[in-house]
Amino acid sequence: MPHPLATSSSEEMGPALTPSPDLLLPRSIADKDLSLPNGTPVDTSSPASSSSLLNRLQLDDDLDGETRDLFVTVDDPKKHVCTMETYITYRVTTKTTRAEFDLPEYSVRRRYQDFDWLRNKLEESQPTHLIPPLPEKFVVKGVVDRFSEEFVETRRKALDKFLKRITDHPVLSFNEHFNVFLTAKDLNAYKKQGMALLSKMGESVKYVTGGYKLRSRPLEFAAIGEYLDTFSLKLGTIDRIAQRIIKEQLEYLVELREYGPVYSTWGGLEVELSEPLEGVSACIGNCCTALEELSEDMTEDFLPVLREYILYSESMKNVLKKRDQVQAEYEAKLEAVALKKEDRPKVPTDVEKCQDRVECFNADLKADMERWQNNKRQDFRQLLMGMADKNIQYYEKCLTAWESIIPLLQDKPETK
Amino acid sequence: MEDCLAKKMEITVSEAEKRTGRNAVNMQETYTAYLIETRAIESQSEGQCAPVDSLWRRYSEFELLRNYLSVTYPHIVVPPLPEKRADFVWHKLSADNMDPDFVERRRIGLENFLLRVASHPVLCQDKIFYSFLTQEGGWKEMVNETGFQLKADSRLKALNATFRVKNPDKRFTELKHYSDELQSVISHLLRVRARVADRLYGVYKVHGNYGRVFSEWSAIEKEMGDGLQSAGHHMDVYAASIDDILEEEEHYADQLKEYLFYAEALRAVCRKHELMQYDLEMAAQDLTSKKQQCEELATGTVRTFSLKGMTSKLFGQENPEQREAKIKVLEEQIQEGEEQLKSKNLEGRDFVKSAWADIERFKEQKNHDLKEALISYAVMQISMCKKGIQVWTNAKECFSKM
Repeated sequence: MPHPLATSSSEEMGPALTPSPDLLLPRSIADKDLSLPNGTPVDTSSPASSSSLLNRLQLDDDLDGETRDLFVTVDDPKKHVCTMETYITYRVTTKTTRAEFDLPEYSVRRRYQDFDWLRNKLEESQPTHLIPPLPEKFVVKGVVDRFSEEFVETRRKALDKFLKRITDHPVLSFNEHFNVFLTAKDLNAYKKQGMALLSKMGESVKYVTGGYKLRSRPLEFAAIGEYLDTFSLKLGTIDRIAQRIIKEQLEYLVELREYGPVYSTWGGLEVELSEPLEGVSACIGNCCTALEELSEDMTEDFLPVLREYILYSESMKNVLKKRDQVQAEYEAKLEAVALKKEDRPKVPTDVEKCQDRVECFNADLKADMERWQNNKRQDFRQLLMGMADKNIQYYEKCLTAWESIIPLLQDKPETK
Repeated sequence: MEDCLAKKMEITVSEAEKRTGRNAVNMQETYTAYLIETRAIESQSEGQCAPVDSLWRRYSEFELLRNYLSVTYPHIVVPPLPEKRADFVWHKLSADNMDPDFVERRRIGLENFLLRVASHPVLCQDKIFYSFLTQEGGWKEMVNETGFQLKADSRLKALNATFRVKNPDKRFTELKHYSDELQSVISHLLRVRARVADRLYGVYKVHGNYGRVFSEWSAIEKEMGDGLQSAGHHMDVYAASIDDILEEEEHYADQLKEYLFYAEALRAVCRKHELMQYDLEMAAQDLTSKKQQCEELATGTVRTFSLKGMTSKLFGQENPEQREAKIKVLEEQIQEGEEQLKSKNLEGRDFVKSAWADIERFKEQKNHDLKEALISYAVMQISMCKKGIQVWTNAKECFSKM
């Protein structure tokens, strides 16, 4: 009978597979046996550590918030002007009942760099999970003012979304770096400490398994890959269409701004028609304002979310590639063992470990993918309904304006 | 208004037809002919339907009619014709005279012109106008026989020629200024409106792209697919809706154009007054100088410098008989001149009176018509907003089912 571990393919997952006893973890803090291929210790302090299959199967996402025990908000942007640089910080407020936190409430100030640092740390320490994207670091397009109210507000919303997504994740929310990010008064000190540790270990920070080539991606992951390709393509198209619409709307606005005042000029020439013409002029002015608001809303609320999801897809594709690497390594090592043609009673431990990694990765990825799909569906439902709403509001404002001047236009001078 | 033709006769320009024929220099040309149908109204009250008379006319014949009316009734603000060539077009509309949409709008404009003339208390009584509506053959000859072209003053055609009028009626000066300003502001309005239409078209049409991409995206989704697909359909509806919206708006533009051209007619009346006043002042001046000449010859004193006077001094004075003859001629001319001046004065005053009466009528008509046009424009905008709300509400519902 073939050894269960040797023949298990990454496609077959489920309760039928019995993980080896080593992997079922008690809440032990120091378990040196478990480490990632690059030697970084895996976070095992949480009840839902990435190596615990059973725990993961039991864990459910609380979407109703009843058993929510962690709430994070990003708000209150402030500008800091120093000799070397000018930058914005945001207040990050945490409310929690979790035991992992010493206090029930925290309030710290963080800048974009800190969020970027957090994301990198999460990618390193939780490579089998999908890490939410950050808004883009540099703004290249046109002359965008990094300190304008609109830009800062758009960024704030994206950073808030970023932390909320992590908060909602059953594994990521228990990450040590995330905890420090939310609680430490001096994050820079912690950052330096982390860097020092790494340099001591002498390992490269990047998660690289070495050039193993995967022969074929399993069907379900190939399907995910194809889905992501088409998905990001379609989002890209929608982004372009939305931008084009905004551009056309602004050009329409330019003409409207010239159009309205001409009625006013005409009104100045007339006697009896003076009020009606002024009325039409004012009405067009109101429509201009409404249109301006619509374009602003689309620019600030709609486009950034689209772009976020494009970034999300890109990072997810990278995680898929990493998964491929892990599987490739496992298969290569397995092949090497098989070639030795010796009748071994037990498969070498490092091949076992490789198999574990593959299985863990696949499980994490599938769970995250499902979660992502649900969130994506909700996010896009909200986003597109929001877009429809904004357009409805625009037309309602214009309708009100035009309906209100009908009596003015119909007014007969004799009745005054 | 009880006497006007419009009350007695139903007039429509019901059809337009493309024709080919040979023009004056025997070259083949394509033109559009319009069918004018008329029917007496009175007999309808007896429950009988009067027979419909009809004849075909082309645009150039309408032009001839209008020229005739303008020359024959210079004190009247003559209704304008719809534009000869498509102007103030935005990109989707064709500037081609043979374009069916243009022809259709022109048909409506020509009908409107005939109705305007038929409702005018003075113009509707004109025989040439009546023949235009009822007499197919020989109408052109009839018009030319009136000799109206001879009455036409070529000076009126020079739009910007200024006559140095010393005492014009202030009201006409103000009115001319108003008509210039009106032309300018309506032209500006029409130009910008065309650009606005162009841009609005662009906004709506780009939304059609959402239809396609939502459809493609829905193919890779499971639960989201249906909602996306049906929302995409609504985006297509939205994009298509702009065609009808802008088509309707063209009618508003046509209403504005009518008054743009009306401003021209108004200006023409003012110019006519200026011209009459100018001729009057010139005649008065001429009379004064002749009187002066006469006096000088009679008394022998030269008050004013004249080349004749100088040459006669240099080359000798005329003999008494010559002087007598000259004085007699001048006296005759002076008498003629005084009578002419009298009649010109009378003409001028009559003109001012009747012109001003028609101008008052025109002002009321203009205020009424433009108010109606603005109301219909507002109604169009309201309809457009309601359609927009409907489409986006439908799309929102589809999105909610994602």
